Amino acid sequence: MTAVIDRPTSHRAAPIPPGAPRPRRLGGGRALSIVGVNGLLVLGAVYMVLPLLWLVFAATKDAGALYSGDAFTFGSHFLANMQHLLQKDGGIFLRWLANSVLYAGVGAIVGGFISLMAGYAFDKFEFRGKRPLYAAVLVGVLIPNTATVIPLYLLAASAGLTNTIWAVLIPTLCNPFSVYLARVFSAGYLPAETLEAARVDGAGPVRSFLQVGLPMLVPGFVTIALFQFVGIWNNFMLPLIMLQNRELFPSSVGIALWQSQVQQNPEFATLVIAGSFVSIVPLVIAFVMLQRFWRAGLSAGSVK
Amino acid sequence: MTTPAFAKRRALRKTIPGTGGRAASVFLIPFFVLFAVTMIAPVIYAVSLSLFAEKRSGLGFGGATIEFVGLGNYVQVLSDRTFTDGFGRLAVYCILYVPALLAVALVLALLLDATVAYAKRAFQLLLFLPHAVPGVIAALVWAYLYTPGVSPIVKALESGGIAIDFLSAQLVLPSMVNIAVWEWAGYNVIILFTALQALPREILEAARVDGAGEIRTALSIKTPLVWPAIGVALLFTVIGSLQLFTEPKILSSATTAVTSTWVPNMWAYDAAFTRNDLPQAAAASIILALLAGLMSWVVTRFTSKELTR
Repeated sequence: MTAVIDRPTSHRAAPIPPGAPRPRRLGGGRALSIVGVNGLLVLGAVYMVLPLLWLVFAATKDAGALYSGDAFTFGSHFLANMQHLLQKDGGIFLRWLANSVLYAGVGAIVGGFISLMAGYAFDKFEFRGKRPLYAAVLVGVLIPNTATVIPLYLLAASAGLTNTIWAVLIPTLCNPFSVYLARVFSAGYLPAETLEAARVDGAGPVRSFLQVGLPMLVPGFVTIALFQFVGIWNNFMLPLIMLQNRELFPSSVGIALWQSQVQQNPEFATLVIAGSFVSIVPLVIAFVMLQRFWRAGLSAGSVK
Repeated sequence: MTTPAFAKRRALRKTIPGTGGRAASVFLIPFFVLFAVTMIAPVIYAVSLSLFAEKRSGLGFGGATIEFVGLGNYVQVLSDRTFTDGFGRLAVYCILYVPALLAVALVLALLLDATVAYAKRAFQLLLFLPHAVPGVIAALVWAYLYTPGVSPIVKALESGGIAIDFLSAQLVLPSMVNIAVWEWAGYNVIILFTALQALPREILEAARVDGAGEIRTALSIKTPLVWPAIGVALLFTVIGSLQLFTEPKILSSATTAVTSTWVPNMWAYDAAFTRNDLPQAAAASIILALLAGLMSWVVTRFTSKELTR
């Protein structure tokens, strides 16, 4: 490491000896690359944002304007659309949103905590069978959810649990990838010395986790809970399969149900668009506000 | 550059002394109970269910009996044209989607990492936004953006003299790839950008001193160095593509080009809920899970050991 420190930190500042090749990008070339790089980035950002902008504009239109007018102009039916959305079928959309909040909220907090405990134990404890148990967690990460959804449905059906909130809630509490993340966070945020000190002071393993470990792992917990919240909110196949009762649907399944009726009745299109608009606004706000956490989660998941 | 002896001491200090299996079990039991109930038990149940079939005698009178048929359901599922066609579509989807996604994500990440890029944080947020959109809604919005009469894209192309039906039988698969790229590119941009930012600056400066331009550095130095991160992204992309269900399910209400058995997951769904053939649905799910395990193994074997380390 010392060799690196001794070298000048910036070669741009170092004088270029005569006869040495000059750095290429200078003057006009540099201006060109500034325009090129940022232009391409703007293009990428436009591709990502335009469909969302379309949705914002579409939410302000009635069915007629949706199929005729310019896509990127405001209509005058935003409030009417919202009113229609909230009143349709006795306000069932609010019920669907509340269900989404329930499934994603409980799944994120309870499931996140369960994963945090397991990841903490894998990082900080030494016990027999640790390697095979952790290998099982990794296999769980690598098996796609949808491959186990139908087996899960078959089992739940034989236990008489389908069409209950438990059929959607219980599976979301188990997330192997969160255990993996929790182990990474525990290794990164929590020095074993701190826990050792707690132990010397006479705290048992549960107390030292709750009073010493947990407060230091809060950023990791928020990150894990955020990812679980979004994952569960976005989940479609599991609730679609488990639930028949409309009252129990989360918003994704409810909106898809409405979409399947658009062909018979085009009026449903405005409901689908208004509902889509309302159900992404909280998520977009959450992502903008919690940037620090999802960045941490993504980097922990890729490079250790 | 720590010495081996120091590294070993660090490794020992990592865990807390005096904490054995009993303490660990308090922390591990909740997760592993759930793991057993929601992942292991369903798979075991599905395997056992898939080995039996409902047989009706003669003309269907006298009720049905459950018979052990061994691998009969698997043979039937694998010899069903609609199922194998679905796998063919899934394979084409993977071949289009995986390189497209990784290329888009890598190019955007390298652009973000370029020294001349402005407003990096704002760009990261904008590129990541689609990931905040639920898959159902992403598919719905794009379904409208593909529908003639509603879509500004179709209108713009028409005014330029190009008539394209994004929902036709030939184009619906690439259209679906576009939806998935839109949803997942930003996520992978952040992963790759984080890896790029973690590269040792002295290597990049050495390249600059040697006269390498930005593009040359990006392609010959940065890209090979972030290969482990690309490997992880590749792994999750492959697993994700096998899950394909939401997008075709939503598009099937917008176009007749997407049938109810379009991909293996939809085939299994159709078997369970339309044809009421639970054993075949179970067999199809097990085939899919086995394939996922196999592909994960292949990808981790040949790209990186980051995750399994």
